[in-house]
Amino acid sequence: MSLLAAEGLGVTIGAGRVLSDVSLTLAPGEVFGLVGESGSGKSMTALALMRLLPAAARAEGRVSLGGRLLTGLSERAMCTVRGREIGMIFQEPMTALNPLRTIGEQVAETLVVHGAAGRAEARAVARARLDRVGLDAARFPFDRYPHELSGGQRQRVCIAMAVALRPKLLIADEPTTALDVTTQAQILDLLKGLVAEEGMGMMLITHDLAVVAGTADRVAVMQAGRIVETGPTEEVFRARRHDYTRRLLAASTHVPRRVSRATGEALLEVRGAVREYLLPRPAPLAPHPRLRAVDGVGFTLHAGESLGLVGESGSGKSTLTRLVLGLDPLAAGTIRLNGAAVSLTMPGPVRAGVQAVFQDPYGSFNPRHRVARLVAEPFHLTPLPAEETRARVAAALAAVGLPADAMERYIHEFSGGQRQRIAIARALVIRPRLVVLDEAVSALDVRVRAQILDLLAELQGRFGLSYLFVTHDLSVVRAITDRVLVMKSGRIVEEGPTARVLAAPAHPYTAGLVAATPRIPAGWIDGG
Amino acid sequence: MLRFALSRLVSLGLSLVAASLVIFAVVEVVPGDPAAFMLGMNAAPDTVAALRRELGLDAALPVRYLGWVTGMLAGDFGISYTYRVPVAELVAARLGVSLPLAVYALLLSTAIAMPVGLLAAARRGRAADWGVMAGTQLGIAVPNFWFAMLLVLVFAIELRWFAAGGFPGWEAGLWPNLKALTLPAVALALPQAAILARVLRSALIETMDQDYIRTARAKGLSGRQALLAHALRNAMIPVLTILGLQFSFLIAGGIIIENVFFLPGLGRLVFQAITQRDLIVVESVVMLLVFAVILVTFLTDLAYAAVDPRLRRRG
Repeated sequence: MSLLAAEGLGVTIGAGRVLSDVSLTLAPGEVFGLVGESGSGKSMTALALMRLLPAAARAEGRVSLGGRLLTGLSERAMCTVRGREIGMIFQEPMTALNPLRTIGEQVAETLVVHGAAGRAEARAVARARLDRVGLDAARFPFDRYPHELSGGQRQRVCIAMAVALRPKLLIADEPTTALDVTTQAQILDLLKGLVAEEGMGMMLITHDLAVVAGTADRVAVMQAGRIVETGPTEEVFRARRHDYTRRLLAASTHVPRRVSRATGEALLEVRGAVREYLLPRPAPLAPHPRLRAVDGVGFTLHAGESLGLVGESGSGKSTLTRLVLGLDPLAAGTIRLNGAAVSLTMPGPVRAGVQAVFQDPYGSFNPRHRVARLVAEPFHLTPLPAEETRARVAAALAAVGLPADAMERYIHEFSGGQRQRIAIARALVIRPRLVVLDEAVSALDVRVRAQILDLLAELQGRFGLSYLFVTHDLSVVRAITDRVLVMKSGRIVEEGPTARVLAAPAHPYTAGLVAATPRIPAGWIDGG
Repeated sequence: MLRFALSRLVSLGLSLVAASLVIFAVVEVVPGDPAAFMLGMNAAPDTVAALRRELGLDAALPVRYLGWVTGMLAGDFGISYTYRVPVAELVAARLGVSLPLAVYALLLSTAIAMPVGLLAAARRGRAADWGVMAGTQLGIAVPNFWFAMLLVLVFAIELRWFAAGGFPGWEAGLWPNLKALTLPAVALALPQAAILARVLRSALIETMDQDYIRTARAKGLSGRQALLAHALRNAMIPVLTILGLQFSFLIAGGIIIENVFFLPGLGRLVFQAITQRDLIVVESVVMLLVFAVILVTFLTDLAYAAVDPRLRRRG
């Protein structure tokens, strides 16, 4: 008998239909993957099951759990189902916990609110659940606050909270998307272990096909509010019956066509770069302890080359990026671009030699300026007459595949992929030789990401650009870089041709990263 | 937490020193010689000079500043030029009215604003919310002296529950004074409560959209439980900020209300001292108010840290 059965779920918000005719079943002990791009209705399905939809939404359809019909239950009755029979964890562990209450209290609250235990007993159970998710009492006492924990540790707290009452069903909505790959692997292992141990069913919602491939028994593919295909994971991946599934899979393993045009000319030379931060004094008048975020880094990026810089959060890659862009002061060492020193005070024409594209296509633009003005921003470094500026902006927009009328529009009128194209146009408009791409495709859906990677490959060939790709995502590195640097604790621990480093990593840290990165088994894709 | 409090205390001391310097300097550059003012237009120059000597106005500036500050530390604020009594006595008597009035008004304002703000946030977008928003808008827009006059009309003249004004003095006991301060406190509290309720409502609505509220709901908390157990405390930071500002304002800002109700408060004292060029009184009261504001800020900072564990580590 199925644990969860949903029939004809539909959700309407205002005049918009966000979910149509979603039916699915889930057996006890089964991991059910729900995949799709952003806006496809994955999270909406979960919220509809939990009856936690936004106030303006209207829902239809039937949901039953363990043979009991949930549809039609009062809100009060639903409160006894949530947390007790269905647990749920969310994407953003950094904000999913109340910052003002201790982790122990928050886990114990699940038990207390359902009247399952008195305060003292709830504390004991909460402690046991925290231990089970890998937060031992010695290092993670009951009265720790969320801000004292890393993202992965906070997600463990969320899991402890969701499984505190041993629910029959766990809904995990993008549980590892905000985490580093090694942390992701640990959290997925933890979730799989809990499912096996408790015999609960798990619905794993993710945009990442590789995560589903390694975790889910069955999978449903969602597009535009509908389930377009469902079946055992391997079968769905191998058969690819539906056109959309085919396109998603193709995009997720897409490698743009490009040839390496690296020359022997050194474009960016980093020698012994050091960046330190002062930490708060341990006692009044004591000297500030120093944190070396970048600790003696040296590398050369050649003209025409595409160089990857990978590392997990806290490895120092963002700080190194800021140094290369001349946004942070160097404590020691030198950085030279085209032979000129890179520093906070470098003159405009030198600064114009390196431009950046950042992760967030929403946050990196002023919403009150038209695109023409946004793209023309870098010209304050090397001023041009207005006529010429306009012509160059039009050319840059054309180069990234946007129509000329985009100039007069505002940024909110564009989709995420189009915004990232505008960000690339803004970087290219003053014709830099080096473009730094800081997680530039991380926030994009797979199909959009594949298009942007193609665009970047094409632009590199056309304009002879050099790229520094800063990312935590090895699949991006694999797709578009010639050489890769692996960074850990402020140092470069491994460096070499991308294919070699990923196939035969020499440093144990790199080996760990490669091993932790989920991949769709090669045989599922090429039919082997 | 202790380190946080100590570091706040150090900054409190430094702010006080800076404030005293500024107040002293400003009073010095204000035109008008108090001695000449006290003796009138036709005073002989040597009489003025003698009075200046008597008041200590002829000493060098640094000496006078140090004398003023050390005097204040010892509780000696000098002698009022016009009343000819120690400023400390004068201020203490007035503070005996203004401070209880401010505390009374603040308690009332909090007691009104908390349930009203919670109600509006819990019923966001529904009739109760609209009612609260309209009512608070009115509360902010209408000046407090108009409320005061209305209160006098209804509760003093029509219903005769309260006196229309005056203050019996603390020697008359607690109850008559509390009664005398009730209408002024209500008049002061209403606009403050309206502001506070709106701040609380918007802070609550913002926190109700946070991810951790969704987490709480997924754990099985009802909307109301999530509001009280998780959102309320997170919404307290802006509320505490406003409360701190309001208290500072209420101590001296009640002058219009004091006038409406004939209360011998601090606001009226300052007003009279300014018109009579009684600079020593002005100086002392301003310093006292600055001290009160800085002290309230200090307490607000401590309250922040008590609410939010993330602030405790910063020093």
